[in-house]
Amino acid sequence: MAASETISPERNAARERAAEYLLSRHRFHWQEALPWLIAIAAYFIFPDRMTFGSQVLVMVMFALSLDLILGYAGIVTLGHAAFFGIGAYTVGLGAARLGWTEPISGLFAAAMVSALVGFLTGWFLLRYRGLTLLMLTLATAIMLQEAGNLRSDLSGGYDGLPGLEFKPLLGIFQYDLYGRANYIYALVALAVVFYFVRRIVYSPFGQALTGIRENIRRMHAIGSPVHRRLVTVYTIAAGIAGIAGALFTQTNAYVTLTVFDFDNSAKVMVMLILGGTGRLYGAFIGAAVYMVLEDHLSKLSPTFWQFGIGLLLVLAVLFARRGLLGLLEDASKYFTKRSKP
Amino acid sequence: MTDAALQVQGFNRNFGALQVTRDVNLTLERGARRALIGPNGAGKTTLVNLITGVLKPNSGRVLLNGEDITTSSQAERARRGLARTFQINQLFRGLTVLENLCMTIGERDGNCNNLWRTAGAKRSVIDEALDHLDSLRLVDDSLKLVRELPYGRQRLVEIAIALAQKPRVLLLDEPAAGVPSSESHLILDVVASLDPDIAILIIEHDMDVVFRFAKQITVLVQGAVLVEGAPNEIMNNEQVRAVYLGQEGRRHD
Repeated sequence: MAASETISPERNAARERAAEYLLSRHRFHWQEALPWLIAIAAYFIFPDRMTFGSQVLVMVMFALSLDLILGYAGIVTLGHAAFFGIGAYTVGLGAARLGWTEPISGLFAAAMVSALVGFLTGWFLLRYRGLTLLMLTLATAIMLQEAGNLRSDLSGGYDGLPGLEFKPLLGIFQYDLYGRANYIYALVALAVVFYFVRRIVYSPFGQALTGIRENIRRMHAIGSPVHRRLVTVYTIAAGIAGIAGALFTQTNAYVTLTVFDFDNSAKVMVMLILGGTGRLYGAFIGAAVYMVLEDHLSKLSPTFWQFGIGLLLVLAVLFARRGLLGLLEDASKYFTKRSKP
Repeated sequence: MTDAALQVQGFNRNFGALQVTRDVNLTLERGARRALIGPNGAGKTTLVNLITGVLKPNSGRVLLNGEDITTSSQAERARRGLARTFQINQLFRGLTVLENLCMTIGERDGNCNNLWRTAGAKRSVIDEALDHLDSLRLVDDSLKLVRELPYGRQRLVEIAIALAQKPRVLLLDEPAAGVPSSESHLILDVVASLDPDIAILIIEHDMDVVFRFAKQITVLVQGAVLVEGAPNEIMNNEQVRAVYLGQEGRRHD
């Protein structure tokens, strides 16, 4: 193009700045180490709360999978627990009925089964948007739950599959350490999943998802195969939710049909909105704050604890539209501005 | 082989009992500069939506470079070289101007199928995006979010995106609509200086612009083509005068 040949130095500088911005965006920032350092520190500070810690990590992974579809692609779903449940029951049934008790292969199996269901349901459901999609995803989760109830001889129904036993991790970690080994296991699994999600988010595919969220009409007009993109990310998110569900079953050593509850779908969405959608670490903050609050408040008032969560959500939606992480971002911007006027 | 870039053959479209497009035939030669004019509600935007596949016609065909695309999806048409701008901006408002362009180029080249490589790692994409922005004098805004730009500059981004698609056929739906006249000349200059090989159909209300830009004009009234021809023929056409009578002196800017 003729314009680039007759370019002035200032314009060239502007171009370089612009290019540098895009090229540097995906690099690791030191702040990104914080959540991981906190997670590792928690291992040493609260050695007797590792079962709870594992549950937090499981919910972080679950929320992260929702972030991919809700935060990045803008798919609103109230049935994400379906995939969590499928993952949970893949390893649960595998252990209880087939004697498949090796944990790591269980995670892979859970991911595959959930992703497959995600692909099949997504192919149909993602033609719809908004309220219709909300209802259809909700119905999918309920139908799966009822299917489980129908075959309670297999699933154990609402009494669940108690007392599941899994082989020691890698055949090394001993049973008496299980609470703590589980925590490390969940943390490593989360780190691996997070690495994948981060790659996807910063990939051209991830950018296209953002485009779909921002303006779907424009995406069609520039030739994006929108449906294919949505089905792809829905399948991936379903697989990750399945891994989270599998970890849930393995670390708790039991599973009941309540994993498919509407409550579970709603809870993970609340966590994500609380933490901040479409910003990777929102899932970390949201899930951690929610779980810790729930833990404390429910001890304080076993019947009334949800009031606290509700209040926090109202405040977040009113005053921190981009979630707690968005609030932190604003704060850090404010202080860097003040420090160099 | 025909030299027609775009052929619309016998388009009809109803919304219920209302017939908004009646037996429309329209041909854009390679490098055409055609204006589509007509009173409000004539069905101009509907026609663009039918051509680009946002709407499906009840009957009729559309051919792009001689190939029938009547049943193709919007996206497929776009990938085959049919681009449009919207009457009301359709942009990625929460993203930077540069990202808007890189996204377009990424989808055009099929880069967006890649889940693993880092977006922005392809310097050639960024360079091309910046070239397009440069040609529209948008480089200084390239790191601003689209929603932070004044409407007139957003209009330019709308055009930049269409250009980044490297279209063979470009449909411009009132490119200067909603832009103060002080800025609209920039948009119209840009339109006038586009690659002479691209076939362009422009919907425009400002007759000065139409007569300056277009080599052919199609007049659409109540969904049907009233007349088409060179600008001076249209200007002197009795029927056209009748349609526009009483709208004289009405300005849209």
